Amino acid sequence: MAGSIPASATASPAAPRKRVTPWQEAWRRFRKHRLAVVSAVILALLILAVLIGPLIWAVPIDEIDFTARLQGPSWEHPLGTDDLGQDILARVLYGGRISLAVGFAAMAVAVVVGTFVGAVAGMAGGRLDAALMWLTDLFLSLPELPLLLLIIYLFRDALTGIVGPEMGVFILIVTVIGGFRWMPVARLVRAQFFSLREKEFVEAARALGASRPRLVLRHILPNALGPVIVAATIDVAAAIIAESTLSFLGLGFPPDIPTWGRILFDAKDNLDFAPHWAIFPGLAIFLTVLSINFVGDGLRDALDPRRVK
Amino acid sequence: MTQYLIRRLLIAIPSLLGISVVLFTVLALAPGDPFEELATNPAIPPEVRANLRASLGIDDPIWQRYFSWLFAMLRGEWGYSFVSRINVDQLILQRLPVTLVVIGASQVVALAIALPVGVYAATRPYSVFDQIANTLAFVGFSLPTFFTGLLFILLFSIYLDWLPFVYRTELSETGWRWWWEQLRQSIMPVMVLGLFQGAAWTRFVRSAVLDVIRLDHVTTARAKGLPESRVTLRHVVRNALIPVVTLVALQMPIVFGGAIVTEQIFRVPGVGSLLISAILANDTPVIMAVTFVFAGLVIFFNLLADILYGWLDPRISYR
Amino acid sequence: MTLPRLLEIEGLKVHFQTDDGTVRAVDGVSIGVDRGETVSVVGESGCGKTVTAMTVLKLIAMPPGRIAEGRILWQGRDIVPMDPEQMRAIRSKEIGFVFQEPMTSLNPVYTVGQQIAETVRQHEGVSRKAALDRAAEMLGLVQIPNPSRRVHDYPHQFSGGMRQRVMIAMALSCNPKLLIADEPTTALDVTIQAQILDLLNEMKERLGMAVLLITHAMGVVAETAQRVVVMYAGVVVEEAPVEALFERPLHPYTQGLIRSIPRLDLAATEHRRLEAIPGTVPSLLNPPTGCRFAARCRHAIPECTAGEPALREIQPGHTARCIRAEEFL
Repeated sequence: MAGSIPASATASPAAPRKRVTPWQEAWRRFRKHRLAVVSAVILALLILAVLIGPLIWAVPIDEIDFTARLQGPSWEHPLGTDDLGQDILARVLYGGRISLAVGFAAMAVAVVVGTFVGAVAGMAGGRLDAALMWLTDLFLSLPELPLLLLIIYLFRDALTGIVGPEMGVFILIVTVIGGFRWMPVARLVRAQFFSLREKEFVEAARALGASRPRLVLRHILPNALGPVIVAATIDVAAAIIAESTLSFLGLGFPPDIPTWGRILFDAKDNLDFAPHWAIFPGLAIFLTVLSINFVGDGLRDALDPRRVK
Repeated sequence: MTQYLIRRLLIAIPSLLGISVVLFTVLALAPGDPFEELATNPAIPPEVRANLRASLGIDDPIWQRYFSWLFAMLRGEWGYSFVSRINVDQLILQRLPVTLVVIGASQVVALAIALPVGVYAATRPYSVFDQIANTLAFVGFSLPTFFTGLLFILLFSIYLDWLPFVYRTELSETGWRWWWEQLRQSIMPVMVLGLFQGAAWTRFVRSAVLDVIRLDHVTTARAKGLPESRVTLRHVVRNALIPVVTLVALQMPIVFGGAIVTEQIFRVPGVGSLLISAILANDTPVIMAVTFVFAGLVIFFNLLADILYGWLDPRISYR
Repeated sequence: MTLPRLLEIEGLKVHFQTDDGTVRAVDGVSIGVDRGETVSVVGESGCGKTVTAMTVLKLIAMPPGRIAEGRILWQGRDIVPMDPEQMRAIRSKEIGFVFQEPMTSLNPVYTVGQQIAETVRQHEGVSRKAALDRAAEMLGLVQIPNPSRRVHDYPHQFSGGMRQRVMIAMALSCNPKLLIADEPTTALDVTIQAQILDLLNEMKERLGMAVLLITHAMGVVAETAQRVVVMYAGVVVEEAPVEALFERPLHPYTQGLIRSIPRLDLAATEHRRLEAIPGTVPSLLNPPTGCRFAARCRHAIPECTAGEPALREIQPGHTARCIRAEEFL
């Protein structure tokens, strides 16, 4: 039972240890989280698979073959085929590129926006800070999915008219998903500003005449890096789920782009006679999201020592 | 307490306004102004169109249009559905109860899982039970609701043939058979949503309990000679609920997102599936109104969480 | 046949398992308390005094903590092998406990009345109403004004000193035979400290219980205790009646502690500087061989590090763990 362990039990400083850099220390802690290490390997394999998989498994994603409709897994089609006889393995590998690209791009948007908002709020303080934090809270209480659907519904045609259907939807989805996920990062960065602003080394840097942007870039942001990396990892998983959800509702990428959610959308009405069609893309989403979440948990242990459980 | 409630209510107003501004901005920025479209759509009867033109004030300056739009929304004048050919507010009122029942029941399921599992795991940190529960929780919230839904249909409807996978509004059965059928067709949507939330909450509960369990007042409770069960329930869980309420309130937007997906999979006739079909049918007034309703629900549940918070934590109402 | 002592801790060793190894927080401590007596345990933070006190009611976290050796005799019965239910019957009913931090030791979500009444109901099975009446009575006893109204207040509505009074009222609500007070005044303002000590002394007079007072402040010891146990790095280094200890401390560590008391009466005339003991408590992971205090001791000689000195009775009732103790007589 975890009661209060008197601090006095370990009052003296630990015996002198070999000097390690913070990153080595983080790596040591990350390695202790066995599921996170396994997940990192799985995630790396998944990324590798979608990157070079289509080069090795060079079956076209849109080769229609009516003689091979709705077939279960076989040597010719390891994950089976869909109602047009298209190879599901090829489509899952290709869709993985889109899903992962959306995940990472949306995370980048969230981190950039969040860092910017958090840094401005943290630097400015006062009224601007209060206003930005109100905005952050407001965004946290927005109904994400309905608004995503609304925005995509309203803007899709205009944007696809400008940059083409694929790019248009990609930009739209990435911006909107990222635009709904920057709030935790903003809070973390702002909190870091407030806790570090008065610390000695920042004071010292200021006294030495470091300029403001330099102060922020060299001294404050690196200190917020750990928690932000953790939040960013979770964001990748959430963005992948958000994109898959949109596609699954038939409102994401156009039908000829087989993202994982889109394949599920097409498969869901054929569950009774072609379950493999839904199961493989679903497993791909699940495995990706699960391994990212575990990696995020491991990174939290490694980079966010305040939260040691 | 009353003062606290009034303060929370006053804080909710700017949030509602803020959300409405976001909504209005999205609509106003949209190419092919949906307001314009509303007022010129030939599918709308002429007299309704004239009303709309006046109430929307198409030619007024933007801020004036915002306020007239807001007041129209607040008064429940949500327009006319092109597709269903009835007023949007009626349409939503028909659909809302089902959604609320599904969400409510799934939240009960989620709590029924998260509270005991989270508390038990936290009182035995790093035990086998804790590790299994933790791993299952990760699996639970890494499984997207749309995939769990399909897996459930595959298992319980197609292979085992225990449960129907299409939700019927008009059940032919009467009496207790009606209730039985209602239960059978509600199980899967409720469980899909409940398991997902339950997994997320288990982790909230566990970490909240772990935070409380090492506090001094818990040692005091033990020193009083209370049985361990009473220490856990009255001095640990009761206090841990305070942060859990906040986290659960923050999850509400995700809950509604999950409800939309679940309703769509099982064809539950709630506001979520209404939103999807409206989008697929370009039924703009319905899309706008449903989004507005979801925003209102989120704020309402946040308010509810605030009230709960004030009731759980006596310190709060004095701040 | 003589009655067994009220509390007799014999050769107690408490170990904590940590990532870096086993911390021997308490390494063979023996302390006795007689009925109606006030015994004070003093030492710097980290010397194991709090762990010793908490172990008496088995309030340390187990694991990582563990009673490795020794006996804790409560009126002759060893509590070390007792099961949780037997322990509960002793907690608060026979031994009351007052903690260091009045700000965090009360549960913020219940009224103080509920929290005191909970103790009473647990041990005496009285009605809710009777328990609450007792709570109000106890608040009055610890001199909280308006007790019948204030039982309905929450902890955050009390000041630190008042909360500590509430804690004392709670600890005494079942009329225990022994009150263990772990640094009861450390977290309080200086003026409040004196009031709480006075209250403890007065409660002891009125209720006749024994007190085991854990503190790091020699000033507190002088005001309250009859007998003093000085702990250092997990072991007892000196034990004596309070007058003897202040008059003729036989362990250099005790001498250091006494010299570190601010003395207003001497400041002007003798210009004696307030002395702090240099250095810190050694690691309890690998206690040094020999005398644990040697590294900080101004009287240390090479023999000090040869082997751990024994606790020896230098004068009747006055023991010390120093090979040069006789020289300080």
